[in-house]
Amino acid sequence: MNLDAILDGAALICLALGAFLSMAAGVGLLRFPDALSRMHAATKPQIMGLFFVLAAIALDQRSWVTVLILIPVVVLQTLTAPISAHMIGRAAYRTHNFSDEHTLVDELGPAVDKATREQRRRGPER
Amino acid sequence: MSAASLLFWFSGTMLLLASLFALYRIVRGPSILDRMIASDMLLTTLVIVVGVEMVYNDHLDTVPLMIVLASTAIFASISVARYVSKQDRPKDESGRRRPLGRGPTADHPASGPEAPEQAGNPAPEKGGPL
Amino acid sequence: MSPAEHGFIRRLRLRQLPVMIGLVVFWLMLWGDVTALNVVVGVVLAIIVTRVFYLPPVDISGRVNPWWLLRYLGYFLRELVIASFQVAFLALDPRGVPHSSFVRVKLRTKSDFILTMVGMTISLIPGSLVAEVDRYQSTLYLHVLNTRTLKDVEAMRREVRWIEELLIRAVGDRNDLRRLGA
Repeated sequence: MNLDAILDGAALICLALGAFLSMAAGVGLLRFPDALSRMHAATKPQIMGLFFVLAAIALDQRSWVTVLILIPVVVLQTLTAPISAHMIGRAAYRTHNFSDEHTLVDELGPAVDKATREQRRRGPER
Repeated sequence: MSAASLLFWFSGTMLLLASLFALYRIVRGPSILDRMIASDMLLTTLVIVVGVEMVYNDHLDTVPLMIVLASTAIFASISVARYVSKQDRPKDESGRRRPLGRGPTADHPASGPEAPEQAGNPAPEKGGPL
Repeated sequence: MSPAEHGFIRRLRLRQLPVMIGLVVFWLMLWGDVTALNVVVGVVLAIIVTRVFYLPPVDISGRVNPWWLLRYLGYFLRELVIASFQVAFLALDPRGVPHSSFVRVKLRTKSDFILTMVGMTISLIPGSLVAEVDRYQSTLYLHVLNTRTLKDVEAMRREVRWIEELLIRAVGDRNDLRRLGA
């Protein structure tokens, strides 16, 4: 058993793990009750899945240039994923797109109520 | 069948399932946000598929595709999210918190002025409370 | 141009320098090789980007503690992997769908940079996302997946505050460090 074979095997295992995380994300997308929990299930494990696949590419090619080319993918994904999660999450909260039945505590509600009251006291913005 | 090709088959099947699930969610909704999340996921799955193909065929030609997809995926989410919260603002003025129990849960699609798509009722046959 | 103004502009340029270097390096990575033409085009593009899409400079303390930075990175990567699989198995768990919560976390920092970093970290770790931010109160409102009891909510609060502490100890300024001790 030489090093090449081990690295090839590691690459394949990374691929399988990434694909598994992807599939689990799909199942979560099907099963979870509201948009916000679907958001958790669908996007986050997939980022890890993508990282696994990128690691597989690097292990497969085994050159530093490859790693350097792959870093932008990681950087872009890491920078943009929280933004879209936040935007979607915020919109989902504002449109009440979550099921009360599956919500344990809502500590954001009182804060939003307070802000709404204050805004109404000051009069409409426009 | 060697272990390697078994693992490739496994990965391919998993990814196929993932994209089918995402497609189902895009078709069924119920809200536009769900569709957006699902299409976002479908896109990430696509990036992963591109990566798997590169390992399988041992080349690096489609890395730029990965970079472009990874960097532009965000635009769709942002624009849809903006649009949804803007559209919803008038409703907020009349009290944002709906009374408990009137939340958009199963067998109670949201009533009132909002479009049916805005109601976040889960598909009862799949996401119903257990 | 008065000397003071000149100094101000120079300081501003200096602040933009790390961003510009980062952009040039990023450009080179996109191309995958370092040639004279690539570097020149990268520098030109970096200047254009920092001019056209001008962003207010971020207040970074400039203080870096490598040990705590390493601890932060280690913690982040570990949580990323563990939580990814946790959420994946949660989705496959036949026992049913989880309950989630909106959790209010009051942070101690007064720096926008730390607040943003904490939010990014929390968002990237599966199982939690930032639903709303109150910048003036340094308060994050998170949506947390799989909170069975109020204990889970408290655990999440502690985790976020621990991430904040790691970040402040790694790159925070002295004021935040003092607040941490108090």
